[in-house]
Order: sequence, then C-alpha cells, then structure tokens
Amino acid sequence: MDYGQLFTNVLNEMLGPTAIAYALAAIGLNIHFGLTGLINMGQAGFMLLGAYGFAVATIQGAPLWLAFLVAIAAAVIFALLLGLPTLKLRGDYLAIVTIAAAEIVRMVGRSTALTDVTGGSEGLTGNAFKGTFQDASPFPDDRWALGPITLSTNTSNSWWLRVVGWTLVLLACLLVWRLVRSPWGRVLKGIREDEDAVRALGKNVYGYKLQALVLGGVFGALGGIVFVLASSVQADSLGRPVTFNTWTILLLGGAATVFGPVLGSLLFWGALVFVRGFLRGIVPPDVLSVQQIEQIGWILVGLTLMMLIIFRPQGILGDKKELAINAH
Amino acid sequence: MPTEDVVEQARGRLAQIPRVPGAPKPDALLVADGVRRSFGGVNAVDVEHVEVQRHVITALIGPNGAGKTTFFNLMTGFDKPDTGSWVFDGTPLAGVAASRVAKSGMVRTFQLTKALARMTVLDNMRLGARDQPGEGLFTALVKPLWAPREREITDKALSLLERFRLDTKKDDFAGSLSGGQRKLLEMARALMSDPTLVMLDEPMAGVNPALTQSLLGHITDLRDSGTTVLFVEHDMHMVRHISDWVVVMAQGKVVAEGPPSEVMADQAVIDAYLGAHHDTDLGDDDLLDEGGIIDAEAEAEAEAELAPATQAEEKAP
Repeated sequence: MDYGQLFTNVLNEMLGPTAIAYALAAIGLNIHFGLTGLINMGQAGFMLLGAYGFAVATIQGAPLWLAFLVAIAAAVIFALLLGLPTLKLRGDYLAIVTIAAAEIVRMVGRSTALTDVTGGSEGLTGNAFKGTFQDASPFPDDRWALGPITLSTNTSNSWWLRVVGWTLVLLACLLVWRLVRSPWGRVLKGIREDEDAVRALGKNVYGYKLQALVLGGVFGALGGIVFVLASSVQADSLGRPVTFNTWTILLLGGAATVFGPVLGSLLFWGALVFVRGFLRGIVPPDVLSVQQIEQIGWILVGLTLMMLIIFRPQGILGDKKELAINAH
Repeated sequence: MPTEDVVEQARGRLAQIPRVPGAPKPDALLVADGVRRSFGGVNAVDVEHVEVQRHVITALIGPNGAGKTTFFNLMTGFDKPDTGSWVFDGTPLAGVAASRVAKSGMVRTFQLTKALARMTVLDNMRLGARDQPGEGLFTALVKPLWAPREREITDKALSLLERFRLDTKKDDFAGSLSGGQRKLLEMARALMSDPTLVMLDEPMAGVNPALTQSLLGHITDLRDSGTTVLFVEHDMHMVRHISDWVVVMAQGKVVAEGPPSEVMADQAVIDAYLGAHHDTDLGDDDLLDEGGIIDAEAEAEAEAELAPATQAEEKAP
C-alpha cells in the first residue's frame, strides 16, 4: 500500500475545512459545557442556521460581510429562543430542548414548503452562494502545491478557505483564552460548579448563562459557514451525528481548555481518515467492501470515545482535577 | 461614633425590648411581615412579624423542620413565599431575585457548604467581590479596564484568607479542603462584598472542636467590625456563647425571643425544642453553671414525649 498517499490524505483532512468547522463548533461547545456547564445537544442546529443564514443571504444579494452578520444573528436569535425559557430550569431541560430544536431546524430546512428559499432536501448548491467569498480572495485563480498537497487557490475546498478558516480558529482561541482568564470567565466557572452559590454572591446567573449560550452558538454558526463553503448546504449533512462528533472532539481534546477543541478536531479527523485508508490498503476488497470499512471507521470512533471516558475522562489536554466528564 | 461604641449601644438597647415573639426593635435592619410558605398543606413558615436588630448577633433556633432554613431561603430570594413582605435596610425585598438580594447587602451561606470545588480557594474568594467591571462580557476582553480592581480584590481576598487561616491553601482547589475549612472559606467569601447582614446557616455543622473556637471568634469579630449577623444553629452551647438575641421558631412560627439565658429558661422553648432535644452536649459547662436548665429539661421530658406525637398529627396531611 502507498503510505505516502495515506499520509498526504491524513494531513489534508487535518488541515481541511471539515476539521476547521468542527474545531469552531467544539470551541463554541467548550464555552457552553467546559466553562459554564451547559449541556447543549444541538450544536449542529447552530451550525446549520449559520450555513443557511450565510447562503440564503448571499443568494438574496447580500455582500459578504452582511451574509456573515445574518448567520451570526440567526445563531443569536436561536440561542435566545432556546435559552430564555430553559436556562432558569435545571440543566437537563436545555439538553432536551436543544436536541429537539436542532432537529426542528433540520426538518424545516429540508421541508418542501421552503424549497424556494432553502432548496428543500436537495439543499443549495455551492456555486449559488460561494461567489462573494471566492471573489474576496487576494489569490489569483490557480492551483498551488504546498508540500504533497495540491489544491485550487480559491474555488470550494481551497487554500483561501483554509487561510480564512484557520484565522477564525486562531481568533476564537485567542478570545476564549482572554475570557477564561478574566473575571467573566471566573463567574462562568462558578456557575458550572454551583449556580446557587454564585447567585448567593450577587451574580445574575441567568444573564451569564444566556451570554455563554449565545457566544458558543455564534462559534457554531461560524463553523457551519466554513463547513458549507467547502461543499454545499444540505440539511442532512448537519444532523444529530454532527453534534455527537463535536462532543467527542471536545472531550477528546479536553473540555475547559483553550486548545483542547482544536487538538480534538485535528486528531478526530486525522484518525478517521487514517483508519479508513489503512484498512482499505491492507484488507482485500472481497473481505470488507469500501462501505463496510467506512462503517468500521465510525465503530472505532465509538470505541475510542468509550476508552476515553474510562481511561482519560479529562481528555488529552484537560486537568483531571478541574473537569473530568465522569466527575459530575 | 467608633464602631465598638455603636455595637455596644446596639447590644445594650436589647435589654429594654419586651420578651415577646415579634417584639419591635429600636434599630431593625430586617423586618418581616406575614411571611408564609406552605409545602403541600403544611405551613413550613408562618411568621407574623419578626425584626432583626442591627449590629448584633441574632440566633435563630428551633427543632428540625421548624422552618429556619426555609425562612432563610425566603428572605434571600432562593424561595418564594405564598404571602408576605419584608424590608431590609429600608428596601422592600419581596419578590426580588436572589442575586439582587445579595447585591443589596444581605449575603448568606448554606447549611451544606457550597464551596466551588474545582476552582482555587483564591478564585472562590475573588468571586465574592462586588463591582468588578471585568465581569461584563465586553469589558472582560480589555484587561486594563479590570486589572486595577482585580488587584484590589486580590489584596482583600488575601487578607481575609489570612484572617481565616486559609492563606496557605490559596492555590489549592477548594474541593481539596476539609469540611471545616470549606465552612471557613464560605464565610470568608461572603465577607468579600462587605455585607450589611450575614446570614449563616448552621456554621458549626461538621466543624471539629478546634476549629469551632476560631469560627466563634470570627463571628464575634464580624459583629464588632459592624456587620449584623443572623445565624441558624443547633449547638446550644454556641448559641449561648455568642448570640446577643435568640429567636425561637417551631412549626413555622416564632414562638419566643429574648436574650439567650432567658430564652433557654422559657417553658415554651423547653417544650418546643430543648426538652425534646437530647443532643445538648452534657460534657460542657451546662451541667456546672446552669444545672437548672438541665433539670427543667428532665422535667419537661414527659411532656416532650407527648409533644412530638401531637406535632406529627398536625403535620399529617
């Protein structure tokens, strides 16, 4: 088998838009869960709303900056809708409401009644909304090779998207780093530990939880934009599995850390591509078909998550004393 | 007037107050009226009128289920009464959210300590401070806006930790502290905001005798530095030792109030509480100094054995 090609594929996936999108979504989820203790089971809903917001606004003729703003506004409104009624209740209610709401967004997005706007279950093809983003690129239209990876500079799954995506990830990490070490972040951690104690110290717990939900949701929406700029908007590609993968990534890297979500995303996608490529290379096709190998990849993801919870509940970068998933 | 004199005067003026439930106080900090809270037909709290004198230590005692903690929860906004109003330092607080109550200067601690386990002791303390602009989402992003206040807060936290002998633990996670140390931390944290009234829910529960002495000292120090203290406690020795005034609750109502020595000799109190309560520490000076109470307690036993039975009947839905 061609190990050079396998290595290139793994590297390409780790640097690619999927890893970027999931890193952004996991950074958002980290603000929810790692810092504030909110259980958001609908991060995919925030991503999908960001994707729809960006794509639909662009198709309606909005310039690039406005399309970004529409995506962010959609996530903010979604977070307020979910948070206002549930954040005064016990934590489980948010989990139930978010998983249901994310499904509602997906179902509404793919419903035939909205075919004119969202494209229904067919979705929106990439070329319909990528124009403004690609035009904003400073690169000439070309194909560039960097090491073993050759990609187009601007179209779809491009160098330009990677540059913008990783810049967003970097800025997000910087923001989280600043916030975690600020008095604001301290209040959030207090809420994660015991919200009644924080309330007794005169902090408006409800307001803080709402802020955290909105901020984390906005990162989800940005992740959604990066995700669809590489392909197309298709409601079912941002369904429940996306939320669960995002959780896996967060726990793998380490919740309540700054770089955990990014490291988690790199390892998750790198490992998935490696396992599939490796099995395809060594297992003859009459033993396991390509589809079966695909499934085995996901089975291994599940096993990894179980191992993680059992042997390293704090994740790779996490501090076991601060936040371990089994310590709740 | 220096603080000591103010406190002395406030304590002195307690002498003239009539020993009846709901007695008016010359300088009341907290005044509650008609506060009632029922859980499924049982009146957990049914307080007609009660006043808490400023600058003194008031103890709230009563048998289990008397409604002391529920009363605390109601006053601090952690629970909502069916009816009732109360005024704290001139501000009506009925229906006000718990966080706003704390901001207005009434800060509480909990019976089961709520140390924020996976935060450091110092961060626990800093969280108690008020007016930190960095607690806003946008100001938090610009460190120069909140760094000076953070330094003030840290200095204050360190000096309080030193007073409570926790300074060597400042960088440890609060979860690694012992039960007694957590009680101390929670009390110190409540003091970060310079509250007018500190409400302590069973500050001595689970604290070892060596720490008890220093906790008692901290509570009297609080009063002497001008803070009003209201606390719930079952340890009668402690109540006798440090409180200036005692309010007795039973079945949700205030049944007696007065200075500790008089209240504990009150027949109604013995019937409602002391007589039916056998965990008074007989090893302390009660036996030597105040044998009368112990004797009275023994006499009241026969009645007390009847009392719980009638209480149980009344409580049954």
